[in-house]
Amino acid sequence: MIITVLSGKGGTGKTTVATNLAWVLSFEWKVQLLDADVEEPNAHLFLSPQIDETKSVEILIPKVNQTVCTKCGECAKACQFGAISVFKAGVMVFESLCHGCGACSMICPERAITEIPKPIGQIKLGEALNDIRFGMGVLNIGEPSGVKIIRELKKNIDTSADVVIIDAPPGTSCSVVESLRGADFALLVTEPTPFGLHDVRMAAELVAEMGIKSGIVVNRDSEGFNGIDLFSKESGIPILMRIPYDTRIAELYSRGILLSAQLPEWKTKFTELFKEIKELVNV
Amino acid sequence: MIQIAVVSGKGGTGKTTLSAALNLLFENNVIADCDVDAPNLHLIFRPIIQQKYEYFGGKKAVIDYTKCTSCGVCEKFCRFNAIKHEEGKVTIDPYACEGCGVCVLKCPYSAVNLVSNKAGEYYVSMAGNRPMVHAKLQPGEETSGGLVAEVRKAALKFKESGRDIVVIDGAPGIGCPATSSITGATYVVIVTEPTASGFHDLQRIVETVRLYRRRFGVVINKSTINPERKEEIASYCKNENITILGEIPFDPIVNTATVNGVSILEYPESPAVYSIVEIFKNLKKELEI
Ligand code: SF4
Ligand code: SF4
Repeated sequence: MIITVLSGKGGTGKTTVATNLAWVLSFEWKVQLLDADVEEPNAHLFLSPQIDETKSVEILIPKVNQTVCTKCGECAKACQFGAISVFKAGVMVFESLCHGCGACSMICPERAITEIPKPIGQIKLGEALNDIRFGMGVLNIGEPSGVKIIRELKKNIDTSADVVIIDAPPGTSCSVVESLRGADFALLVTEPTPFGLHDVRMAAELVAEMGIKSGIVVNRDSEGFNGIDLFSKESGIPILMRIPYDTRIAELYSRGILLSAQLPEWKTKFTELFKEIKELVNV
Repeated sequence: MIQIAVVSGKGGTGKTTLSAALNLLFENNVIADCDVDAPNLHLIFRPIIQQKYEYFGGKKAVIDYTKCTSCGVCEKFCRFNAIKHEEGKVTIDPYACEGCGVCVLKCPYSAVNLVSNKAGEYYVSMAGNRPMVHAKLQPGEETSGGLVAEVRKAALKFKESGRDIVVIDGAPGIGCPATSSITGATYVVIVTEPTASGFHDLQRIVETVRLYRRRFGVVINKSTINPERKEEIASYCKNENITILGEIPFDPIVNTATVNGVSILEYPESPAVYSIVEIFKNLKKELEI
């Protein structure tokens, strides 16, 4: 079963939920955790994995042989991203705009363009606490999009694992879509504030559109705002767990310590959370 | 126009709280919400929309089935696995399609076209007596950097009506929307928190801001939750010669303000407000205004 944890927005406690769930379940099941938040991966700070394999993720970018090039301009015309421009003096490639689609090299009538690999990030694989199979993607600084890294990371999904937990990037952009693709369940982590409500609505919209079942975890739960409960009622997306607003929890987080490793009642709660998810997936 | 971008590397560090407060403390400013993926500033400012613009991001490939013979050539060349060939029918997944046009080039039957795709909207509004520009990206869209650029452009237009500062609530992360919020910024305010992940994210955003050669300073939010981590951040900043604009103590009133959907400045007795005013002063000093 693949569970993707998302949040509509960063900082809601997505990583807390993903790492605790992985750790608690690993006592009973074969668990894999993939950190797909490639812009700011943090799960490793809580699970201290031993990384034993690092793979580079590359895209193919064009390299122009200026002596063969006749400056006909076909490549620039074909490129939808403005990543290649033809000047009198020669052809220029703007690497950071290139998506690596290959259109320019396919169209060039002189075959003046070859494609060379350019690293945009890495995938790290290893083993964390309790034999949790661990994987994370890291986007290089200055690269625009992590979608390809997430795609490569997901190729390492261990089909023999009982549970695969994917820590998605924040927001509802294309990289979140990539993290959700193929998931059996989406766990929406939110906070009981107008911000949280706004963001969870967007996330729920996306998940519904993709036809994935979902449930809500309310983090930093406190009195005073019942918008999430109303939303749960009106949308039919159940609230599966509430984590209270508690400085003790915030403090453990700040030290990079798993909540459920320190406070045993949370071990029970995360076990129950999984039970409910299993039921929802099977109906 | 002076452009101040508030960023954080990651959401949830208090970026919106700080940028909302700074927007209220400046006087002749324009408010810009560049967190187009999950915009929240409008929940505080409740702007009245004056103009609405559609935003067309990248294009998407669409198959004309009157011409398509299901030969599958397009599927072979699409590097983004956006084309599926199943049960004799070829379909394009709009979420995966990057609009590169390779399928258009390769289809032997001219059965594929690229069509402009509405990726979101942006709005020019009034929030009290301040102009505000904000946006909404459609879920699942990728071209958020472009929408961020539109928001910034629309905000900068207020220069003509005599506004001299824009305070931008930046996009989280270090990818294209985030860098799009800092390009052209006069000054970048990085908000961080003293947690294991906060420090990790801080280093990545600092590297990013440096890559774009922007001037910047750091604000340590919730500074009292972990004194050791705070020291770690402070000494990192010192070693790296990074200005610390100030610290905001952990303050439950911030949460109350968020729950009620108002700015923290509505609670003048809050310790956070005192710190934010100090940060505001330091920021003005840095900008020499
Ligand atoms: S290449 Fe053209 S004709 Fe062949 S399957 Fe694709 S769209 Fe259809
Ligand atoms: S436009 Fe590019 S990404 Fe989209 S389906 Fe065609 S080849 Fe694939």
